[in-house]
Amino acid sequence: MSQALTITDLHVATSEGKEILRGVDLEIKRGEVHALMGPNGSGKSTLGYAIMGHPGYTVTRGNITLDGKDVLAMDPTERARAGIFLAFQRPMAIPGVKMADFLRHAATNVRRPDRKEGEDLIPMREFRKELNEKMSQLRMDKEFARRYVNEGFSGGEMKRAEILQLAMLRPQFAVLDETDSGLDVDAVRLASQSIADIGGQDMGILIITHHEHLLEHNRPDFTHVMLGGRIVETGGPELAVELHKKGYDRIRAAYPAAAAAEDAMREQDAEASSAIGSTN
Amino acid sequence: MATDAVTKPQIGDINKYDFRTESNYVFKARKGLDAEIVNQISEIKGEPDWMRDFRLRSLEIFNSKPMPAWGGDISLNFQDIYYYLKPADHQGKTWEDVPEEIKKTFDRLGIPEAEKKFLAGVKAQFESEVVYGSLQEELGKQGVIFTDTDTAVREHPDLVREYISTIIPSTDNKFAALNSAVWSGGSFIYVPKGVKISFPLQAYFRINAENMGQFERTLIIVDEGAEVHYVEGCTAPMYSTESLHSAVVEIVVKKHARCRYTTIQNWANNIYNLVTKRAVAYEGALMEWIDGNLGSRLTMKYPAVYMMEPGARGEILSIAFSSAGQHQDAGAKVVHCAPDTSSRIISKSISKNGGRSSYRGLVKVESGAQRSKSSVVCDALILDPQSRSDTYPYIEVDEQDVSIGHEASVSRIGEEQLFYLTSRGLSEPEANTMIVNGFIEPLIKELPMEYAVEMNRLIELQMEGSVG
Repeated sequence: MSQALTITDLHVATSEGKEILRGVDLEIKRGEVHALMGPNGSGKSTLGYAIMGHPGYTVTRGNITLDGKDVLAMDPTERARAGIFLAFQRPMAIPGVKMADFLRHAATNVRRPDRKEGEDLIPMREFRKELNEKMSQLRMDKEFARRYVNEGFSGGEMKRAEILQLAMLRPQFAVLDETDSGLDVDAVRLASQSIADIGGQDMGILIITHHEHLLEHNRPDFTHVMLGGRIVETGGPELAVELHKKGYDRIRAAYPAAAAAEDAMREQDAEASSAIGSTN
Repeated sequence: MATDAVTKPQIGDINKYDFRTESNYVFKARKGLDAEIVNQISEIKGEPDWMRDFRLRSLEIFNSKPMPAWGGDISLNFQDIYYYLKPADHQGKTWEDVPEEIKKTFDRLGIPEAEKKFLAGVKAQFESEVVYGSLQEELGKQGVIFTDTDTAVREHPDLVREYISTIIPSTDNKFAALNSAVWSGGSFIYVPKGVKISFPLQAYFRINAENMGQFERTLIIVDEGAEVHYVEGCTAPMYSTESLHSAVVEIVVKKHARCRYTTIQNWANNIYNLVTKRAVAYEGALMEWIDGNLGSRLTMKYPAVYMMEPGARGEILSIAFSSAGQHQDAGAKVVHCAPDTSSRIISKSISKNGGRSSYRGLVKVESGAQRSKSSVVCDALILDPQSRSDTYPYIEVDEQDVSIGHEASVSRIGEEQLFYLTSRGLSEPEANTMIVNGFIEPLIKELPMEYAVEMNRLIELQMEGSVG
């Protein structure tokens, strides 16, 4: 059995019925690094949400499988326990919940997928040791573990917290949604190195990014370009470099239908927001 | 989701604490309330005449007062309640002296953990009498008195007589009058000038007889410059018929003294918990109430701080958790009677499975209390559409030069928060519990360690089956 996350003809709409993904095909094998690029609003984050099972997005057609298992039949909890991870572009604050407590629950559940509520967690001492190691590798202050999840975090702290979660949960497949945004150059380099260290040969990674820095230590085996809710072009690492340097003009010109769909989506958004504006 | 939640057995929430051990009562008064019963209680306790008279006067006041016309619905038959039970002849002096039955009950409650740690400071009340209590020798040497209030009436009558019912007179409200008539047990603490007690003094209360009211009376006097932290925790077994808990807690915090009073109560779903708690704080003194209310059919409780002299401070942190068939009408009262006094109220409530939580609070600033400051924050978390939360803030200000702030919020658990936590492998109930525990974290972190653990466990039990 191939160890892969396989996405076939995936169509996804928002709960308001707006279609965002219009037939995405993608296969990520364990150990592979894929970069996903594309203009804002092309559907990259939606793909991440759909893979993780966000309740605000509905799959209207197509499949996602993990080593042949039907991912769409699983709720987010089951997907996480099956080894899927999403590093959020904008992680949620959970007031009053300490990072350490949250991570201990998360790590226990992911490592013991059959665990029921109330059953034992990873022993505290063992967990602390591991968490401290991981935090020191990410050059995070120990104090971080006692802070409330994402509450009052700077943009950079949020992203490092997501990488810490990646390190603790060690998923089989990870989608990193702009994990480089909000980080300065040094921090991106550290993040890039950390992701490479965590990933290794065991993890399949989909990196959503506008930049090439995160790819420095994570040389993509494949680079995909998304436009208008579809992957329109796939290439090697050189494609990421080109897009970073030259932007998406060539892509738009080469795929007019997708570009038109993209523009239509954007107009819809503009109309929706002006309608909201006028009623207010 | 909601229908599934409703089909879960609600009493399962506290099944863990739903047990009863056999008790050999040495004396059990007949049901009902009249002068004969009150005389009998006083007789058995061998009380002095002034206390007997106080009880009888209070009974008259109780009879003359109407039931409160606000708050929650109370349907109680006062003649169908036992007002006094005496479980054993003598108080145990050491743990070994404590009867096996009672130890078993404590074991089930997990009390020995606290026992080990605070052996000397622990007092536990079983039924209406304190059966176990061993004072740390050190406390005695410092002149601290920590005993049950019955003993205090015998051994320190002058102190008790000087203060009892001066903070909460029997005429204050119907249930204060009832308590004054039939009170039994409770803690009496006197901390002499300048003595700072470094560990929390603790007591455990427990109701364990059907239809039995528990009417403990607590009186705490913290003399000038002294400090004390008193902790009471309650878990009660589940019974099908009505049960009444009506305590009175009076506290005097003298010049530059500090007192913190922490309560975690988890009453069975059939209990009326109608408690009057009030403190007076003098010059530069600090009074803090930390009040956690879980369970009960109806709780009406509004810990109060009267700031009598300049620089006095009052802080009240209140948490209420209400589930099916439960109404928590809880809050706080602060009264600024002098200049430069300050108060802070933080109230957090959680309602689920059709439970109802109300915040009822009073901020009062008397004329002449210049530069008084008060801030009130109440946050409500509602877990499902069947549940309810109300806020009744009363603000009465008779002074111009004051600063008063009031913030209130009502929230529900957000879909995005749930998605974030479940995407990390937490189950939905686990994620909900975590969000709720985070919501009340401001109170939890003020609790002594073992109470914090207990509180989190209680929340987990309360949350079980809350999400279908």
